[in-house]
Amino acid sequence: MVAMRQPARSTAHLPLEVPAEWREGLESNVLAPLARTSWRYFAWIGFLAVVIAWAVVMYVHQLQTGLVVTGMRDRISWGLYIISFVFFIGISHAGTLLSAILRVVKARWQLPVTRMAEFITVVALMVGGLFPLIDLGRPDRILNMIWYGRWQSPLVWDFLAITTYLTGSAIYLYLPLIPDFALCRDRLGPTAPAWKRGFFNLAAAGWTGSAVQRRALDRAMTIMMIVIIPVAVSVHTVVSWIFAMTLREPFNSTVFGAYFVAGAIFSGVAAIIILMAVLRRVLHLEEYITINQFKALGFFLLAMSLVMVYFNASEYIVTGYKMEAGAPFHFHDLLVGYLGPYFWFYLVGGLVVPALIITFPRTRTIKGIVFAAVLVLIAMWIERYLIVVGGFRVPLMPYTARHYGPSLTEWSMLAGAFALFALIISVFAKIFPMVSVWEVVEHRGPEPGEEVLEFPSFGSTDAQAPEVAS
Amino acid sequence: MSQIPPEGTTTAKEGSAPLSRRHLLGGLGAAAALAVSGMGMFTATQSSGEAPLASAAGTGKAGTKRQWAMVIDLKKCEGCVTNGKAPQCVEACNAEHFVPPGQQWIQVFEVEDGGGHKTFFPRICMQCENAPCTKVCPVGATYHNDEGIVLINQDKCIGCRMCMAACPYGVRRFNWDKPPNPPGAALASYSPEYPVPHRQGTVEKCMLCAHRAKDGKLPACASGCPMFAFYFGDLTEDLATNGKEVVQLSRLISENNGYRMKEELGTRPRVWYLPGHGQEYGRGIDDIRAPQTPRSWQEQGTTLDSVHQMDAKASAGGEAKK
Repeated sequence: MVAMRQPARSTAHLPLEVPAEWREGLESNVLAPLARTSWRYFAWIGFLAVVIAWAVVMYVHQLQTGLVVTGMRDRISWGLYIISFVFFIGISHAGTLLSAILRVVKARWQLPVTRMAEFITVVALMVGGLFPLIDLGRPDRILNMIWYGRWQSPLVWDFLAITTYLTGSAIYLYLPLIPDFALCRDRLGPTAPAWKRGFFNLAAAGWTGSAVQRRALDRAMTIMMIVIIPVAVSVHTVVSWIFAMTLREPFNSTVFGAYFVAGAIFSGVAAIIILMAVLRRVLHLEEYITINQFKALGFFLLAMSLVMVYFNASEYIVTGYKMEAGAPFHFHDLLVGYLGPYFWFYLVGGLVVPALIITFPRTRTIKGIVFAAVLVLIAMWIERYLIVVGGFRVPLMPYTARHYGPSLTEWSMLAGAFALFALIISVFAKIFPMVSVWEVVEHRGPEPGEEVLEFPSFGSTDAQAPEVAS
Repeated sequence: MSQIPPEGTTTAKEGSAPLSRRHLLGGLGAAAALAVSGMGMFTATQSSGEAPLASAAGTGKAGTKRQWAMVIDLKKCEGCVTNGKAPQCVEACNAEHFVPPGQQWIQVFEVEDGGGHKTFFPRICMQCENAPCTKVCPVGATYHNDEGIVLINQDKCIGCRMCMAACPYGVRRFNWDKPPNPPGAALASYSPEYPVPHRQGTVEKCMLCAHRAKDGKLPACASGCPMFAFYFGDLTEDLATNGKEVVQLSRLISENNGYRMKEELGTRPRVWYLPGHGQEYGRGIDDIRAPQTPRSWQEQGTTLDSVHQMDAKASAGGEAKK
């Protein structure tokens, strides 16, 4: 990061002087949603609010009646709530992957979407963290986790890891926002309502873009981007341990931690592709988020799908070869039985087809890549379903294996969670610039319409100190 | 909620709950007279304060405490098919604890033996020394008491059901809805050793009748068993009784090829099984009779399996239940 303090003037391929009108256009494009709001936005918010309100009603009903309103019973005692918990915590890895890992290796193609990725992280953690609470039989006693918390329990590890990750990623989201808040303050401040002006003033933290401030911000971001990576890895590892620490046959795996982390990154990349496509349309960011970003993330998705194939192979071949007690039942379930359709959809629709879509240049279009990402996201939700339900289904005693079907209450809660996710992102899109303007300006990617790289160029030594301060 | 009939429709069934209320009202404690002879020993030593023998090596905490254990003699267990009643251990347990409908803290499974024939297998909580359930509890609501019994404090339990995921014996049950508490239950003072009245949203299970041991009585299942298949004993003193005879615990296990369930998991259960198929009471290996309907203080279903099916139906049609 030393290079960032002393501009490397020799990097001629970088336009240090960004054309003024290009920058002007970027700023006004990105800030436009913060200034104007259409009726469509309110309709959308209203729709989300209705879905959330419905989920709240169902939750109150669950509180009164007990968890009997779910499909869970003694034999399959975790269900959709825990599945969705793992799913949302999984997609929270999008932010870390994109903004931290790629910043560490000094890539720059991702800069227009880092902000969105960081938002996904924070919002997915907030939403995912609700599920264990919804799942509690006695949510009124949640503070027992603090008063009587035992460090020996995997759930306490989860609690600590997730709160740490949420705090860290909130800081990491805020840091690169500071110069953009200053931009909002300077450009929108004069015309904005007083509360908004006050907010921008406060959030910009007196940013002037001076050399001292830049150095401080650069240092803080460097620390956070390095700290957040092991935290993210630890989060999904301990999430996997709530399963792997039990004596149930399908969970009895040492590969679970890595398997879950890989799955988390896989679904996180899919989530960022989808959100990127949506916000690009809605916020009119087509000029900055191009096929470049889609292709680069598509290749990531491809790579991660191969990693997932590897993990599935090492998980299922090892247990399938030994066929310990319980394994025959589990494999029957997965391959031809109760969970068969889901399992095959996961393997074919979630791992093979998306990989093929991205492999062939013909289908490697924005539409194709987004379609692959949707498949991946659905498949990864199903993967968690297979892990949780498949694991609990294996009988521990000679009783008939039970079935599990999520009830209306549980589906409502999932719908509510997605609506809450969308709502928070939508509201944030009105308060925060969804593109990191200053970083895009400083490290401007290829010109729109410029020849697209087949592979993103990682590790180029182009980190720059900007000439164009605010 | 639909599976729970209103109160009052419940108890009249043939002689189903003779044990329960009496116990609650305290003192009467006139459990089977059979039990008394064997248990006198325990009562005496307990009331004298310290347990005299604490030297038995490797049997848990050193000191003065009992270390309760159970041996279930499958040679004596014929699933109550010869007396034509529901399994009496289940009945006694349900009555003693007002076990909520849909739960069975002791469950009689029909398992296949090595030759493919059916034997009966009453499964209580294994009271593991290396208990997977107590390890994972985030709030310490489930724990070992000084006597080695795994208890649950339902006033602390947050209902996360991590312990249910961890238990490899499928012992733990959850109060998915508001468990019905009979009028008598209101008189009971709740303690983890006698968790009545039951609490919604918490986990429950067999706790080896910790409260009865205090009174010098056998666990409800043991004193309810007409075949004396259950031996309740103390590892520190190396004694056990089924209410009819007092035996040396270690010899009983060794001489009868005792084993523990899923020993390979390393949970070190405190419950041993002596292999058999009810032969001491004449149940032949070809006997295909199934146990009768379990009846408790509330009507449950028609066969052992129908309790499972009820469960399954309930989870299949989660919506329909509302």
